[in-house]
Amino acid sequence: MTDHPILEVENLCTTFSRGDTALPAVRDVSFSLGKGQVQGLVGESGSGKSVTLRSILGLARHYGEVRGSVRWQGQELTTMTERQLRKIRGREIAMIFQEPMTSLNPLLTVGTQLTETLKAHTDLGRKARRDRAIEMLDHVGIPAAASRLGEYPHQFSGGMRQRVMIAIALAASPKLLLADEPTTALDVTIQAQILDLILKLADEMSMGVVLVTHDLGVVAQTCDTVAVMYAGRVVEQGYVRQVLRTPRHPYTEGLMRSVPQDVPPRTQLYSVPGTPPSLFSLPDGCAFAPRCQAASEACGSARPMLQDIAPGRQTACFHPLPATQDDAA
Amino acid sequence: MTQTVMKIEDLHLSFPVSRTLLDVVQRKPGKSVNALNGVSLELKQGETLGVVGESGCGKSTLARCIVRLYPPTSGQIHFDDQDIFGAQARKDRTYNRRVQMMFQDPYSSLNPRMTTGDILAEALRVHEMRPEAEIAPRIAELLDLVRLPQDAAEKLPHEFSGGQRQRIAIARALAVEPEVLIADELVSALDVSVQAQVVNLLLELQERLHLTILFVAHDLRLVRHVSNRVAVIYLGRIVEIGDSETLFSAPSHPYSQALLSAAPSLDPDDKGAAIQLEGELPSPLNVPPGCPFHVRCRHVTDQCRKVIPELRALEGRGEVACHHAEEINQHA
Ligand SMILES: Nc1ncnc2c1ncn2[C@@H]1O[C@H](COP(=O)(O)OP(=O)(O)OP(=O)(O)O)[C@@H](O)[C@H]1O
Ligand SMILES: Nc1ncnc2c1ncn2[C@@H]1O[C@H](COP(=O)(O)OP(=O)(O)O)[C@@H](O)[C@H]1O
Ligand code: SF4
Ligand code: SF4
Ligand SMILES: [Mg+2]
Ligand SMILES: [Mg+2]
Repeated sequence: MTDHPILEVENLCTTFSRGDTALPAVRDVSFSLGKGQVQGLVGESGSGKSVTLRSILGLARHYGEVRGSVRWQGQELTTMTERQLRKIRGREIAMIFQEPMTSLNPLLTVGTQLTETLKAHTDLGRKARRDRAIEMLDHVGIPAAASRLGEYPHQFSGGMRQRVMIAIALAASPKLLLADEPTTALDVTIQAQILDLILKLADEMSMGVVLVTHDLGVVAQTCDTVAVMYAGRVVEQGYVRQVLRTPRHPYTEGLMRSVPQDVPPRTQLYSVPGTPPSLFSLPDGCAFAPRCQAASEACGSARPMLQDIAPGRQTACFHPLPATQDDAA
Repeated sequence: MTQTVMKIEDLHLSFPVSRTLLDVVQRKPGKSVNALNGVSLELKQGETLGVVGESGCGKSTLARCIVRLYPPTSGQIHFDDQDIFGAQARKDRTYNRRVQMMFQDPYSSLNPRMTTGDILAEALRVHEMRPEAEIAPRIAELLDLVRLPQDAAEKLPHEFSGGQRQRIAIARALAVEPEVLIADELVSALDVSVQAQVVNLLLELQERLHLTILFVAHDLRLVRHVSNRVAVIYLGRIVEIGDSETLFSAPSHPYSQALLSAAPSLDPDDKGAAIQLEGELPSPLNVPPGCPFHVRCRHVTDQCRKVIPELRALEGRGEVACHHAEEINQHA
């Protein structure tokens, strides 16, 4: 999709083992990302979004088996030593984790955590680090930033802790940001402000972004491209406009329909029937078949591969929904 | 006339902030975070009241006050005409049963070592809801109510998905047959399709069991969908409250207007006209005098800087705390 990708993920597979059983958390995920490009990653809880990000960053290999290739600016990350990876993490590639509570150190002040990051990843002097720390807190909308540097994480509300995490991740101006639900705990005004900040950095510093979210409005407003995951696989990907307007995969369509928009208030919302499959017992054919209204016999026995269906557009479905003129344009 | 089940009057709550060594040496007085600055509202029988506002504005603090997890600094909450912080109500444990809170964090609010059955049985026993012999059938009934399979009773919380864990939390709250549910970001951590399932369940149960619900969430689409009325909170004060459809289609307070305009549209080409909020961000450590919103408001006047606007009814709208609500909305 991009001429000069900075990140190329190819056939990424991550498997955890529980006892004798293998848990295929991520299967054959492939995508590439250009400079300044923002790619969304959506899908149900447990579909493998976080594991994908952790596998890219080389974290998942400590507790799971990772196969496939992750090339970062031409270098293969999956075969790098931990020491080599540490030089890249935080400085070139930063990650915002989903759980803000567990990723901040409760024993250190917020100011110390920010300046320590800057000390590790930049050449800034002591005074400049403090100024930058205040500037970053200000950017992410922490009121009275200077006076709150000396406070501990528990003195911040949940949303404010998340903003601190974002400030830490962006402080060293990374070239790639892996953001796992960065604004899920936040309200819309702060969310808009933080997404603007991320977009601005993507644009001005050519920072690539992989953004995991379950808010389709955020995808619509922020991302250039989007990949929809289901049971560890990408089932549909392409330009945001096309995927959201004319979903071709039945699961994507179900997600779009679940959003409470243009439905009478306090009436039942549409929801995809059933629940996602357990990774312990994935169906033989298409993993979505038990919940899919378009399923045929073929869907139960063979697995649909992710295939090109239009320029820059791929879907993994034997019976994709019809394209519209809008999509062809 | 619908009956008022809960009346909150002028609720204030401030948390003391630990002083730094420097403050102590310089003999500076201790500071405090003013999380609630005079919240008054009524909950009506059978309604869903949505609560929205920026993170840190005091939504969870309000919810926690209602279930008596935080004692307010001043102000009152009446339930059934009884002051819930009064000595009489304190002795009486029925309040804890009748008003149930479902927490923001589905992962930490369920004991990881207790099976779903144990969790529900405990709730039933604490409030002596059923004789021992009827506990097992009641658990089966509750699982049915929230549409969890019967074998869920033997499983531990980590064996469930996020959406299923929220159902367990709902089942636990419903076990004690409450009249009021306080839902703090109940579905915020869930994906849209699971969110829809939980919201459908909540709407259906509300109808069936005549529940009154306080629904705190930051997803405005969702709040609009489930609420009869909505309260907008800013720096620990209600700045606007009224009928949900009216408020969402025509917000009257400048802050509500900015808030609603920031919700991301599902249409990539509808970049919207988000109203940019200017000026210093507010801090509950240092609540501005006068209208708390005046430092960011484009309609600010001298009066706003000095006088706190009270909530008052605006014709054709809800109640709004703004000195200039009429002028601001006359063209709308
Ligand atoms: N360390 C681990 N060991 C075993 N299984 C794991 C581990 N981490 C994740 N998994 C499993 O891998 C699957 C994918 O998890 P992941 O956290 O990536 O989902 P997700 O899409 O991010 O969901 P959510 O939206 O809930 O965060 C899940 O079934 C999860 O239980
Ligand atoms: N235990 C506490 N000690 C000190 N400050 C607190 C505490 N709990 C909350 N606060 C502060 O109170 C304000 C409101 O917090 P909260 O009610 O959690 O906000 P919300 O739920 O709207 O995000 C925030 O400024 C927060 O930092
Ligand atoms: S392959 Fe078949 S079961 Fe799977 S999504 Fe397509 S139509 Fe549905
Ligand atoms: S009272 Fe004044 S400052 Fe406050 S919202 Fe109204 S116009 Fe703005
Ligand atoms: Mg995740
Ligand atoms: Mg909260």
